Amino acid sequence: MISNESLKKFPHDHLLGIEGLTPPDLNYLLDLSDHFAMHLDKENSEKLNYLKNKICINLFFENSTRTRTSFELAGKKLGADMLNISVASSAIKKGETLIDTAMTLNAMQPDVLVVRHQDAGAVKLLSEKVNCGVINAGDGPHEHPTQALLDALTIKKRKGKISGLKVAVCGDIMHSRVARSNIHLLNTLGAEIRVIGPATLIPKKIESLGVKVFYEMKSGLKDVDIIIMLRLQLERMSGSFVPSIKEYFRFYGLDREKLKFADANALILHPGPMNRGVEIDSELADDLDRSAIFEQVQMGVAVRMACLKTIVENKAKNGK
Amino acid sequence: MENKKNFNNNKKSSQSYLLKNCFMIDNIKNKILKNDIYIKDKIIEDIDKNLTNKVDPKTITIECEGMYVAAGLVDMRVNITEPGLEHKETIESASKAAASGGVTSIICMPNTTPPIDQPALIHSIQRKAREVALSKIFCTGCITRNFEGKEICELHLMKESGAVGFTDGYKTISNTRVMRRALNYAKSFDGLIIQHAEDPFLKGNGVVNEGEISTRMGLLGIPSYAEAMIVQRDLWMVKDTKCRYHVSHISTKETVEIIRKAKKDGLPVTCDTSPPYFILNELSLENYRTFSKLSPPLRTEEDRKSIVEGICDGTIDAISSDHTPQDQDAKRLPFNQAEFGGVGLETLLPLTLSLVNNKKIDLLKAISLITINPSKILKLDVGRIEKKKEADLCIFSTSKPWKVNPEKFHGKSKNSPFDGMLVEGKNFMTFVRGRLVYEL
Repeated sequence: MISNESLKKFPHDHLLGIEGLTPPDLNYLLDLSDHFAMHLDKENSEKLNYLKNKICINLFFENSTRTRTSFELAGKKLGADMLNISVASSAIKKGETLIDTAMTLNAMQPDVLVVRHQDAGAVKLLSEKVNCGVINAGDGPHEHPTQALLDALTIKKRKGKISGLKVAVCGDIMHSRVARSNIHLLNTLGAEIRVIGPATLIPKKIESLGVKVFYEMKSGLKDVDIIIMLRLQLERMSGSFVPSIKEYFRFYGLDREKLKFADANALILHPGPMNRGVEIDSELADDLDRSAIFEQVQMGVAVRMACLKTIVENKAKNGK
Repeated sequence: MENKKNFNNNKKSSQSYLLKNCFMIDNIKNKILKNDIYIKDKIIEDIDKNLTNKVDPKTITIECEGMYVAAGLVDMRVNITEPGLEHKETIESASKAAASGGVTSIICMPNTTPPIDQPALIHSIQRKAREVALSKIFCTGCITRNFEGKEICELHLMKESGAVGFTDGYKTISNTRVMRRALNYAKSFDGLIIQHAEDPFLKGNGVVNEGEISTRMGLLGIPSYAEAMIVQRDLWMVKDTKCRYHVSHISTKETVEIIRKAKKDGLPVTCDTSPPYFILNELSLENYRTFSKLSPPLRTEEDRKSIVEGICDGTIDAISSDHTPQDQDAKRLPFNQAEFGGVGLETLLPLTLSLVNNKKIDLLKAISLITINPSKILKLDVGRIEKKKEADLCIFSTSKPWKVNPEKFHGKSKNSPFDGMLVEGKNFMTFVRGRLVYEL
């Protein structure tokens, strides 16, 4: 068990993105997550009370099942009082601006806000208007830091390290916050990253983030240790960014054939929800030897416990 | 009220003034001369070395030792938003902003609500301007009805009513057939077609320049060639129709190159740029600053340098403020949702002078870019200091340092992309038609 004192502290009030975090920052969060992950493994894990009497609000402007539930579960395991605000039933639908929503919630004096928003930068904007800590649960195509952390933790647990690994991120890089956060995180920790996809889904100058670009799976997957498959949104599949599902799966869907190009022990990750038969072959997704997709969900809870605890405690310290 | 002291809109005033010992920027003779300027009955009565003994006894003498006097600035791209969005800016508030910035002639864009797409609206704005405006207001008219890009407006009738040029404001005429017709038609009465060049299909929902910054920030990018493509396309039709064609607020290296070549080929093309495009680059978007969300978007450092080069070598004819007022609620939003545009009337002079202070161009040229050059493009009788002509003048210092603080602006909206920047050069007094309308 890792004691808190042995860890260097995390110097930020909010977790808005991975870009700009240092290896010690990331390792702090990953080590603490690892600690909670072991705790989750125990048969009769009792509730912890690090966040007893703390209020955590989940504010989701976009629909989400797994991320929101994961934060909720993480908060509850730490003893926090969790509130969920879903936008469908809130004043935002009545025309309230983001800043007004932030001010209103701030007046309720929460200890941490977990926010997902459809616009890049919106979570940062909100964080400037509130007194509590803010965790970004996804802002447009910008960042999704807890997803990158849970991917890293999953990789670390399976492969024992991150530095030196070859990682391929495949699919819709353009619209993916998961891709950006993963690229920043894995790069910072010393992995070698490639992105693979049709050029319509690869954003301009992505190389400047420190990745190699491939337009086909065969050369892109060569010798990689980790394959991160990204979800392709339905509305982008027919004729706008790619001509059809059939064509996309033929060239970019991960199946056993294409998997042969990768390292024999390559591990498959997917942030979910999966489109079986679009970006990943159904049977492959269920192969527990190759796919870590369900493990990722478990790591998600641990990572979010670590992030909630860290941000709440940092704010409490700095608040005094 | 501070405003009451600074501004004077007494239209009956017949006060005469003598500006003593000023450095007069004469952009007809292209010289800076130390002179006295005598202003009487709306006009510049006399310009000479020592006029003290030649003026009427009631004349107010203003000692201008060490100060520069130029023709009042001519700002060829201003969005006023009256009628329609008076909470952002009115004709009166825009004219105050102009007067305080030394701008004496505002050329307003037709993107009001309703849009200026028929002669009656031009008359109505001119009537309002006569009542409330401190500065001169000129209108441009829409090229197509209701900016729809489909049918051309009554261009010739609007010109008769006073329209100085035609543009669809922030909309590009994307239909080539309509554009060709507009150019061809305007040619018959020597009309000027002004284009905001940005391919609307490539722009899509884009909000920033496409490149490393858009990719990093997760914002939808607009490729920079969306601008040059439209200019290149239009130039084919300009070559054919020989209509006068002006490109507004150019922002990319490629556009500068294309226009440079077109001018060499003798095409009747002119263009302007705006301070954001020769002072800022896309790095100003850091922290998702919505005040830096402009149209066209801020570009790369390479583009910025090319714009400066274009100004230096004369490819770029004029500098406009591209004044686009937006109220707080339109900017205090996530970047994607915020409106485009920044205010500029009150910073046009110092930001243009920054090119002089950075030794890129001389003072004469800088002043020409914001006075006589736009005036010539629009065929106006303003922007020059000449005897017996209406006295539109500004008195300014080229070196007075100050910090841009939009809270002190006189316009209604405060959305300046230069918020907090240190600048040099300040306007002290503004005369319009011989009346002192503003004094600091």
